[in-house]
Amino acid sequence: MVKFKKNAVGRNIPTEINGKPVVLFMGVGKYKPTGRKHAPRIASCADYPLDGNKLIPDLKTALIKAGLKDGMTISTHHHFRNGDLVANQIFDIAAELGIKDLVWYPSASFQCQERLTAYLEDGTLNRIEGSMNGPLGRFTTQGKMKGTAVLRSHGGRYQAVQDGEVQIDIAVIAAPTADPFGNANGVTGSSACGLLGFALADSQYADKVIVVTDNLIPFPCIPWQIQGNYVDYVVEMDKIGIPERIISGTTQITKSPDRLYLAELTAKFCDEAGIIRDGFSFQAGAGGTSLSIGNYFGDIMRERGIKARFARAGSNQYLVKMFEEGLVEYILDGQTFDLEGIRSMRENPNHVDTSPFTSYNYHGKGNFAGMVDVVILGATEVDVNFNGNVVTHSDGYLLHGIGGWQNCLFSKTVVMPIPLFRDRIPVIRDEVTTITGPGELIDVIVTERGIAINPRRTDLLEAVKDSDLPIKTIHELKEEAERICGKPQPIEFEDRVVAAIKWVDGTVIDVVWQVKE
Amino acid sequence: MDKIVTTGNKGKTVRSDCFVTLELTNKGGINIELQSKVGKLFGDSILELCRDVFAFFDIKNANIKIEDSGALPFVLAARFEAAIKMSKQALTLQQNIEIDKEYLLDILPENQNHTKKDRYRRSRLYLPGNSPKFMLNAGIHHSDGIILDLEDSVAHDKKYEAKFLVRNALRQVNFYGAERMVRINQLPKGLDDLNYIVPNHVNLILIPKCESADDIRQINDKITQILESEDKNYPIYLMPIIESALGVVNAYQIATAADNMVALAIGLEDYTADLGTQRTSKGHETFFARSQVVNAARAAKIQPIDSVFSDVSDMDALRDVVLESKSLGFDGMGCIHPRQIGVIHEYYAPNKTEIEKAKRIVWAFDEATKKGLGVVSLGSKMIDPPVVKRAQRTVEMAIDIGKLAKDWKEKENG
Repeated sequence: MVKFKKNAVGRNIPTEINGKPVVLFMGVGKYKPTGRKHAPRIASCADYPLDGNKLIPDLKTALIKAGLKDGMTISTHHHFRNGDLVANQIFDIAAELGIKDLVWYPSASFQCQERLTAYLEDGTLNRIEGSMNGPLGRFTTQGKMKGTAVLRSHGGRYQAVQDGEVQIDIAVIAAPTADPFGNANGVTGSSACGLLGFALADSQYADKVIVVTDNLIPFPCIPWQIQGNYVDYVVEMDKIGIPERIISGTTQITKSPDRLYLAELTAKFCDEAGIIRDGFSFQAGAGGTSLSIGNYFGDIMRERGIKARFARAGSNQYLVKMFEEGLVEYILDGQTFDLEGIRSMRENPNHVDTSPFTSYNYHGKGNFAGMVDVVILGATEVDVNFNGNVVTHSDGYLLHGIGGWQNCLFSKTVVMPIPLFRDRIPVIRDEVTTITGPGELIDVIVTERGIAINPRRTDLLEAVKDSDLPIKTIHELKEEAERICGKPQPIEFEDRVVAAIKWVDGTVIDVVWQVKE
Repeated sequence: MDKIVTTGNKGKTVRSDCFVTLELTNKGGINIELQSKVGKLFGDSILELCRDVFAFFDIKNANIKIEDSGALPFVLAARFEAAIKMSKQALTLQQNIEIDKEYLLDILPENQNHTKKDRYRRSRLYLPGNSPKFMLNAGIHHSDGIILDLEDSVAHDKKYEAKFLVRNALRQVNFYGAERMVRINQLPKGLDDLNYIVPNHVNLILIPKCESADDIRQINDKITQILESEDKNYPIYLMPIIESALGVVNAYQIATAADNMVALAIGLEDYTADLGTQRTSKGHETFFARSQVVNAARAAKIQPIDSVFSDVSDMDALRDVVLESKSLGFDGMGCIHPRQIGVIHEYYAPNKTEIEKAKRIVWAFDEATKKGLGVVSLGSKMIDPPVVKRAQRTVEMAIDIGKLAKDWKEKENG
């Protein structure tokens, strides 16, 4: 019988998940692990070809050579987003070989990997520890996955590998360009995706590392974003990705008038609060609303003749334009969203590729998430205590992964522009369905019907008190949403935990329950 | 006639609406099939509302299918009521449905306010009368007015159900201070529309294709009759839209037909069609009509309001249109997309140079008054009284729209 205990945000958490003991969330910065980092086995050059040629004819041979067997943990990265052609092949091969109970450890999953549910059903896969989007999320929430899913942030993924919480047996790193030694990058080749930062931990800590490329070049592959010294095998393939799905040729600013209004109001808030000043830094995602917030920031900077020291990205054409105009001195890029982003990264040394280690890892000697002056994030729900949810929909189904969301909460000011309700569903609730981030780190909720500032941020409240911004309390916003939509009825769950939500330090902040259907 | 009626909308792009299929039966009780995007969170309340509406109309037997894409209660109720009344009209059933009864949800206190005759009407945002998704957030964009449109934006077979939706929106949607306007259908059809909007605190009625003062009289008679029968008394203003050659000829008679006239608008698409010509970007073909409408409205001391600009993506062209419209004498125009509102407000408003000039004139006038001088002069120039008056209006407007501080005189003095 699994026991449950309440964690620091009042959620009931099982003391054991997937047969491993659980550390309960204790509060921000409270859990301090002891001990040393995990380390992969010591390798010897004696076991690798001196001429540096690690080429293996095909992926199947490479997986067999890597010792693929039941119960292993296999990792992949998501820099190819919805254009990935490699992850599915790994499990096709595993199924063909009759391997069972694998754990897939992607940095995120996409629609193109939906068909892996078949392997979850036939036992090839035991579970996924990564993001659970769309149909995979539905499948998981319906309780159909054998093991319990584990969701981590980008930083938390690095932390889990570094701390040995997750031990990757085989990492398969799809690389747009690589040499036979295993040096690899994402800036060139037909599957160019910009950078390979999400695969860094995998390369450093996995027992076996396979680099797969469709653009093999002679040594040296420069830049070597992934270093061949970590790599066991290199496989050349015809095609590892579908370029138009890897990057969108055109990330676009929203045309929705409601979202544009939200974006404008958010930018205005940041301006009135004194955040936009010479030398500031910001992070805005690549969603339609975030893109237009970035653009409004650009307008403000231009008008005032100031510039940002750096922008944390998700790079895209709009940010690159601001960068090349001189409004932003550095782009610290975590993933590149369009062709302009890739071009800029290739051409400009101040457009820097970063990894979850430099940007987000909580078990390091600092990271730069906390240095960002303002970050713009989304949420599916926020509650009256400012706790946020990004993983489940209000009806209880897993909707998407955590991404860098939890890590970004450490920014100096966290602003969430969200509509007060979506369809009929209020976004501000008494309690969020799943706590993904604690309210103490979430500062401002901007809705089209008013802005709520976390009472902890007396400085922000003071800064905007004489402005004409529509400042309200979070309770007022919640009441307004319920006046319009009505109060949602509670959802019913089964007695089974289907997913664990990890906090950035590896503790469990919440779990997702199977939805009653 | 078909026994089965449908109301509402469904489909890929439809949000915040529901599609209701109704068959009134003679036995078997009320059977509801609900498919809802928000069923897990609002299923119970949707069913409860549905049962309540059917009980209100005393219907005991019916098969009802609800395909819901997140409709708010005011939408659900409108769809149910329209379906019930359409069924009743479609067949002479034994069931006793009182067709005159109305299922009315509470009216928001905010939606019982009334507007001033001379308020700003720079922008009025058109909202298709049968599309709830556009109504919900219309108010956040702060146009001076919103128009729930029963006319051209509603398909013919949806005209009837749209009246219920517009009525319910007038009661339940908060437009955050925008003047609540409805564009009714062309007369005589539009007269029936009044039954749905007049009792529900509509602020202003737009009368399409208005051609004579008699149209105004018919509408006012009906308004008076409805208000009296409901024992209500509040102002309802009229804004006729001139959209034909005849309308242009009769513009002044129309503008002066009643006391509740507040504005005269022009609709150029229909007007150019009536002339047998095309709209061009230069607009020579409509110059006469626009000037005529401005002149008639000014003569009647009401607001002249321009047509709409239909390219919603071209903000530069919109700016040029607004500047030209302002120079012709118009006070505002229609918007078909919220993004147009900001541009319209910005360019109908006095610009910096105009405000500065107006301030200097107002200043000179104040000085002259203080000194008891009959003549106002600025530098070596004499300023005529109408120029002073216009400058005062410019300053007032600049203050109203936040382009000038209320206490600018003290500030600039000190």
